[in-house]
Amino acid sequence: MAKASDLDVAYVSKLARLNLTNEETQLFQKQLADVLKYAEKLGEVDVSHVEAAAHAIPIFNVFREDEPRDWFTAEEALSNAPHKANQLFIVTKVVE
Amino acid sequence: MSRSDLPALTIADLQSLLRRKEISPREVINSLRARIENVEPKIDAYLSIDFEAAAKEAEKVDVDLPLGGVPIAIKDIINVKGQPCTCASKILANYRSPYDATIILKLRASGVIPFGKTNMDEFAMGSSTENSSVKVTRNPWDLSRVPGGSSGGSAAAVAADAAFGGLGTDTGGSIRQPASLCGVVGVKPSYGRVSRFGLVAFASSLDQVGPLTKTVRDSALIMNAMAGHDEFDSTSLNEPLPDYTKNLGHDFKGMRLGLPKEYMIEGIDPQVKSAVDAAIKQLQSLGAEIVDVSLPHTDYGIAVYYFLATAEASANLARFDGVRYGYRAKDPTDLLDHYGRTREEGFGAEVKRRIILGTYVLSSGYYDAYYVRAQKVRELIRQDFVKAFEKVDAIVSPTSPVPAFKLGERTADPLAMYLADIFTNTGNLAGICGISVPCGLAKVNGSQLPIGLQILGKALDEARIFQIAHAYEQSTSWHKSKSPNSINPKSEIRNKSGADDRD
Repeated sequence: MAKASDLDVAYVSKLARLNLTNEETQLFQKQLADVLKYAEKLGEVDVSHVEAAAHAIPIFNVFREDEPRDWFTAEEALSNAPHKANQLFIVTKVVE
Repeated sequence: MSRSDLPALTIADLQSLLRRKEISPREVINSLRARIENVEPKIDAYLSIDFEAAAKEAEKVDVDLPLGGVPIAIKDIINVKGQPCTCASKILANYRSPYDATIILKLRASGVIPFGKTNMDEFAMGSSTENSSVKVTRNPWDLSRVPGGSSGGSAAAVAADAAFGGLGTDTGGSIRQPASLCGVVGVKPSYGRVSRFGLVAFASSLDQVGPLTKTVRDSALIMNAMAGHDEFDSTSLNEPLPDYTKNLGHDFKGMRLGLPKEYMIEGIDPQVKSAVDAAIKQLQSLGAEIVDVSLPHTDYGIAVYYFLATAEASANLARFDGVRYGYRAKDPTDLLDHYGRTREEGFGAEVKRRIILGTYVLSSGYYDAYYVRAQKVRELIRQDFVKAFEKVDAIVSPTSPVPAFKLGERTADPLAMYLADIFTNTGNLAGICGISVPCGLAKVNGSQLPIGLQILGKALDEARIFQIAHAYEQSTSWHKSKSPNSINPKSEIRNKSGADDRD
């Protein structure tokens, strides 16, 4: 079992694309270490013959007819955009 | 009854007055508006209300529909066209829904008027509604205490007669626990029973939408209108939909109710324990047979839940990137700065904490040790219930180990807050259905605080837990005890013989 002390909140926050202040990083480091320590009990359970369950009631091959239907207009799709112009979402520059 | 007292009615009684044309839908909206304006400054249950739109809908609604003219409060995580849908988060503060969730379309087709959106823990992450970025909702039974959460706004509104009924969502107990703490009925349907198309996703293998109401019958009525298959939700089950009111009033002699020995933990409040013990005796006197059962993996539920729910949340909340909708940080220097600051400035502390934990348990090197192991223990928890339900028809327990706690009491210690879901989260992990029904009042420092009885049923066995909960409810008077901030509060609990069954 991984150790609670392995957690590096500053590193994980980069993976999560989520900036944290120094205070938050320190606070979460302590609080989440407590949670991980509490969860160490999962290491006691014999799971060698158990299949992982992603859903309690799994259903498979869910399809519907691929038929065109009325849905959002461009205006509606853009209605909540933080930045838009000419019926387009304006994004932050990604290429030099 | 005077017009100003209308909001004290149950949905069933309100709808029958509407159908008999003794009152008009417009009068209902007006009386509800007056009631909300009166009590909302004290409890702060709502995030947004559109009375004008509701009044317009009231003019044209067909009162002969099953819920024709009934206004329902909607947790602010469900899309209602034209209304805000903020999830009580800054990141969605200016969001307006361009569409109706499937359940909202279904409720409208049954005559429901979705008039307002209720407060909640941000993105449904919490057990006290204190994680709302907007405001603190107070428990109508004691304004210094939490209403529970995350569906605390809907629970408090119903308890204070500021809503005839409400919708909540339950990922680990977020309907049942606030229902218990506010003294109302709350239902978590089986996984897949109610469509989630148009629900903002938190943990997709656990989330379900359900009703919060004054009575079991009212919850059954909402479920009749709302449940069922939806081709736009791939997890929605295509199974026949029973009439959930059909078994109400039927006695249940010979019904076998399981009592899990693992639920009698240390730390359970003595008044909660004695109220639940009394409820079990009452169920026995109604003809139920009580059977000891064992759910041996119960103690792992919280740990499993917090790994799986946070992992799924970290993936689901990746969509909040400040591009298509929601808040965007000012003047980003590049894309990483755009994402990092948008999410830093948009999310509150608990959401950040869970995104970090969820990202961590999914990260390389920890995925198998945490996430996959938790999924395996989840399967053992599910099997515990399958085995127990071979012996019994339903399982009874407390809903919450404690009555409503004080505002601020648990906010500094996330783990203590997480433990509020100890009796409810395994039901989500197993995909089964559950209901919380009032079963007593604890006396704490001069306040009376509601206690809830949880009844868990097999997947898709909602009709049975409605039947048991209704029979219990109608044989007691707990559902008639009113908070000090309800209409015509009566703190004195009437004698049991005073209970009348209107059914």
